[in-house]
Amino acid sequence: MLEVTGLSKSFGGFLAVSQVSFALARGEILGLIGPNGSGKSTTFNLIAGTYPPSEGRILFEGHDIGGLGADRICHLGIGRTFQIPRPFRKLSLCDNVAVAAYYGRNQAIAREEARAEARRVLALVGLPSDQDAMADGLGAAGLKKLELARALATQPKLLLADESLGGLDAGEMDQAAELLRRIRGEMGITIIWVEHIMGVLMKVVDRVIVLDHGEKIAEGKPAEVARDPRVIEVYLGSAGHG
Amino acid sequence: MSDRGRFLPLGAAALALALVPLFGPPSYVMHMAVQILLWSFIYTAWSIMGRFGLVSLGHGAFLGIGMYVPALLWNLYGVTPWLGIPLGVLLAVLSALVIGWPCFRLKVVGHYFALVTLALTEVARLSIIAARDITGGSLGMTPKPVPGGHSWWALQFVDKAYFFWIGLGLWLFGLWAWRAVDRSMRNPALEAIAEDETAAAAIGIGVTRLKLEVTLISAALTALGGAAMGQYLQYLNPETHAGIGISLQIVFAAIAGGMYAMLGPTVGAVLTLVLTEALRIAFGTTLIGAANTIYGVLLILFIIFMPRGIVGLIEERLRARGAKA
Ligand SMILES: Nc1ncnc2c1ncn2[C@@H]1O[C@H](COP(=O)(O)OP(=O)(O)OP(=O)(O)O)[C@@H](O)[C@H]1O
Ligand SMILES: [Mg+2]
Repeated sequence: MLEVTGLSKSFGGFLAVSQVSFALARGEILGLIGPNGSGKSTTFNLIAGTYPPSEGRILFEGHDIGGLGADRICHLGIGRTFQIPRPFRKLSLCDNVAVAAYYGRNQAIAREEARAEARRVLALVGLPSDQDAMADGLGAAGLKKLELARALATQPKLLLADESLGGLDAGEMDQAAELLRRIRGEMGITIIWVEHIMGVLMKVVDRVIVLDHGEKIAEGKPAEVARDPRVIEVYLGSAGHG
Repeated sequence: MSDRGRFLPLGAAALALALVPLFGPPSYVMHMAVQILLWSFIYTAWSIMGRFGLVSLGHGAFLGIGMYVPALLWNLYGVTPWLGIPLGVLLAVLSALVIGWPCFRLKVVGHYFALVTLALTEVARLSIIAARDITGGSLGMTPKPVPGGHSWWALQFVDKAYFFWIGLGLWLFGLWAWRAVDRSMRNPALEAIAEDETAAAAIGIGVTRLKLEVTLISAALTALGGAAMGQYLQYLNPETHAGIGISLQIVFAAIAGGMYAMLGPTVGAVLTLVLTEALRIAFGTTLIGAANTIYGVLLILFIIFMPRGIVGLIEERLRARGAKA
């Protein structure tokens, strides 16, 4: 469903992503891991159209989407969450999600339908869906859920979940992992899940890609990748992320 | 409160207002009333986009274009304002497109957007002055009067009541346009854009398109207001109707009244016109500078201490009382 070839991004000469290639099948959960600054979020920003790639090709369901605007890519069926949550603080939680349902889909829906969808998705991720609830009352875990709810409301076929669950406690992490598993299982959404802590992710994903300094250094089943000497080196080398 | 519940008193008030001219109020009162209605419409038009962080200083241009196009067509070719006004509105919309599209594509926002639109205003003013052969330059111009002074074809009326009704209609139309934006998903989408364009685009909002849409609506309404103002005043001047001065007047009045509330710009129009008149009467012609200075200082105080305007402050107080009760 997604095929990325030779993807690169440089920020003023600094290569944040370098010649990354991978493919993704419908229904898969792919883990994307790597130490801080290895280019995971940048890869998401390229696929989702937040930045145009410097080089490389991105095929989504046969369309070349490299360089399209973020709104177009969203309509084609790619939803994404931001690692650092970006809630619309002046809008209620319900409106945050309702605008996503209204504008994010491939086909037009009515306003009231968008609101109903918003309430449904908020309930799914476990957030209050009453009209007055605002983003201000949410903690780190709640804001992550809001990111997820907004992305889901656009009815994506592919979800780019930039979770990086730092800041959450063990219970919240397991909850988040369980939610992603359900999204794939019940809604049939293909997922790429970004995380730099390996533990939780390895239990959920089908396959893992490891980035380091913008380059892909390993790919395979979680168990194989965990044994890969280069991966071990990268993770032991950057203390604190093992 | 339901929409109907909110509009019923407004409709009743509008109907009552429409009857006012029938009681033959003094000409001076009618003159103030017409100005308040027309400026309320124009300030509302500006706030339709201004409230989403799209602070334009280019509205002097839209106002001037809307005003001059029908007047020039009338004077030069005898074209009726019924055709001239739509053409003026169209030209204002086109200039909004020419300035808005590149700005929004290139993500020119905030102060930079204000500066670019400011340039547009000055271009409009200077163009009018440069074309002095037909516009009269900085001396201004007068649309050719019709004999007797009363003509639907020329949209000229001696009796101010006609302009009162036209102004009332336009003002209500402006409020309706405001509601139309609020009743669609455009309101939360534009709020989202104002807060975070990247996040808005990520959930499929066509940022450029939506901003452009609301800008064009605002420009069109402003030009329409300018056209009505020109027909009413029967005198057009680039300094007072197209330059930086008028753009700032619009922004100040809208902010002072409260640009986030539907009736805020209307309150701003009442406030600024009454204030101007009071100062003019208090100082007469002896200290013209003093009146302007006091006016300016008062507006600055308003903007510093009441950033959400008078209506915003009232809403806040009411909410606080509601929460306590
Ligand atoms: N907009 C930008 N401009 C300049 N440099 C950037 C930009 N975005 C990312 N970078 C740089 O690119 C590199 C990769 O960043 P990226 O955010 O993709 O890392 P990451 O793998 O998501 O890290 P983390 O695990 O901390 O989230 C970093 O060195 C970062 O500083
Ligand atoms: Mg990241």
